[in-house]
Amino acid sequence: MESGFSSSSMGFMENVEQPHVLAVDDSDIDRKLIEKLLKNFSCKVTTAENGARALEFLGLGDHPNHCNVSKVNLVITDYCMPGMTGYELLKKIKESSVMKEVPVVIMSSENIPNRISKCLEEGAQMFMLKPIKQSDIKQLRCHLMNCRS
Amino acid sequence: MEVGQMQRQWVDYTKSLFLEGLLDGQFLQLQQLQDESNPDFVVEVVSLFFDDSEKLLNDITRALEQPSVDFKKIGAHVHQFKGSSSSVGAQRVKNGCIPFRNFCEEQNIEGCIRCLQQLKQEYYLVKNKLETLFAMEQQIVAAGGSIPMLELSF
Repeated sequence: MESGFSSSSMGFMENVEQPHVLAVDDSDIDRKLIEKLLKNFSCKVTTAENGARALEFLGLGDHPNHCNVSKVNLVITDYCMPGMTGYELLKKIKESSVMKEVPVVIMSSENIPNRISKCLEEGAQMFMLKPIKQSDIKQLRCHLMNCRS
Repeated sequence: MEVGQMQRQWVDYTKSLFLEGLLDGQFLQLQQLQDESNPDFVVEVVSLFFDDSEKLLNDITRALEQPSVDFKKIGAHVHQFKGSSSSVGAQRVKNGCIPFRNFCEEQNIEGCIRCLQQLKQEYYLVKNKLETLFAMEQQIVAAGGSIPMLELSF
């Protein structure tokens, strides 16, 4: 079946009953929302409030470790965050030899075409406009798991 | 008042909040996410919103009172407020943030002060209405009833 994206990324979400998602957002409200949305679609969720914490969890921080590497099936991150932006986080993940195949999805409250194409060019799997709804997560799961419906 | 009446009152009150534009579809999303595993989800999210908002409004007020106004910082606060109000469906608060950001970019202090006033009004209005709504919900649950599911079309 035609998919339009690399088969190595598909491998992470296919056949995974309970995908483990790392959700990154500096807003506590949005973290709570995205966590519930993802859990409702059978995902296991870890949240991080900034890029640095996210990288630490992924084992890409100052003290590299690989214990969480195989666990995370998807990273979903806000674009606008103080310190490290979602774009910068995306770059760091794609630059890492161990994590570069993990799909990264960017969320933003602003629909800026330059921003969107920049993220997709850097390897983001999808770009989602906030506020995130249930239909967005449904689409996300389908997109990443190559649903036929 | 019996439970059926309370539930009908709740439905009418909720509908009025949508019709008046105080809430938008995102609030419905929150209600739809509430379930047995998270029976207080809406109240929890909205409480976070209230806490964040009061802090943001205080920070913005203080920033506008400074001898040298930091418009960039205020703009960042307003951006945050726009995001959080949008996430909970507080439509009029979200809309109030848009001209505010423009005034920040223009470094127009009078415009900012006016917008802050307007924003405070809209925020306290929706806060008041939501607190009333939650009180109704508590009464329904206390009387042994359940909170109705809203139909999307009305």
